[in-house]
Amino acid sequence: MMQYLFLLLVLIMLGSAVSIIFIKDLLSAVIVVTVVSLVASILFLFIAAPDVAITEASIGAALTTVIFVIAISRTRKKIDKQD
Amino acid sequence: MRKIVGLLLIFGFGFYLVTIIGPVVFPSSTGEKASVGVEVLKNEVAEVGAANTVTSVVVLYRGFDTLGEVTVLFLAALGLTLLMKGEKHLQAKLFDESFILKTGSYLLFPFMILFGMYIIVHGHLTPGGGFPGGVIIATGYFIIVMTSDVVRLREGLVSFLEGLAGLTFIGLGLVGLFKPADSFLFNFLSKGTFNTLLSAGIIPFIYAAIGIKVGSELTGAVGNMFFSPYGRQKDA
Repeated sequence: MMQYLFLLLVLIMLGSAVSIIFIKDLLSAVIVVTVVSLVASILFLFIAAPDVAITEASIGAALTTVIFVIAISRTRKKIDKQD
Repeated sequence: MRKIVGLLLIFGFGFYLVTIIGPVVFPSSTGEKASVGVEVLKNEVAEVGAANTVTSVVVLYRGFDTLGEVTVLFLAALGLTLLMKGEKHLQAKLFDESFILKTGSYLLFPFMILFGMYIIVHGHLTPGGGFPGGVIIATGYFIIVMTSDVVRLREGLVSFLEGLAGLTFIGLGLVGLFKPADSFLFNFLSKGTFNTLLSAGIIPFIYAAIGIKVGSELTGAVGNMFFSPYGRQKDA
């Protein structure tokens, strides 16, 4: 049972990681990056690494998002043209 | 072309993840594991006395490595500050806050700071420690500064705290040189009672220093980015 949950989480993580490169809106892409980080921290918790999980949740899901959101607000919202 | 490269990278990462984590969750017949961990787990309580073995590895067994990590973080924050800092900050707010965001952030802010401090102080007992605790404090600062018109960054205080915490870390490490065991970051304090707040010698003090350093550093970096005069301003 646990293994299927694990597999589901890995699939969610891979799916959102793939979807990032197809998303045009930069803010949405950053939120999906956060989803990847959050699922990664849950996975770390499952493999009995709570230290890494708490670090991943705070740095990967919180601080990275904060810095990306500020940076995007300071620049442009969308990619202009695909080259 | 770029998408194909991205897809290839993601599939490579996924393959890596499955091969590395897979054997832990789906155990195979050849249960081969690294042997350093076994030794550390066997001797840690007698040698260091921290309830959280990971912390004893991060702060004492690999303490010098952590010093390098703190230095890398310091350099990254310094680069960010040099890039974004400017003279005329105060009008450069990024977005208009809504009522719900404002009330929620006022409600959440003290608890986030308290939680960050808890994680820093209990680094040697429960999961967490200086790095995540400092990051939580910096995130709490971002949440309050995003909505409040009153809270600003006191740069003098932040840089003073950062320097003081860095000096405390290095100073505590250097004291170990004068003791009989003369090694950098030697655990010269007594181990105390196992699983209490003041146990495991210098670990709580070093982790508190790391927490203050990381927290003030990232708070300064986030604040300087947020109030930067460069880039697109609000409603531009």
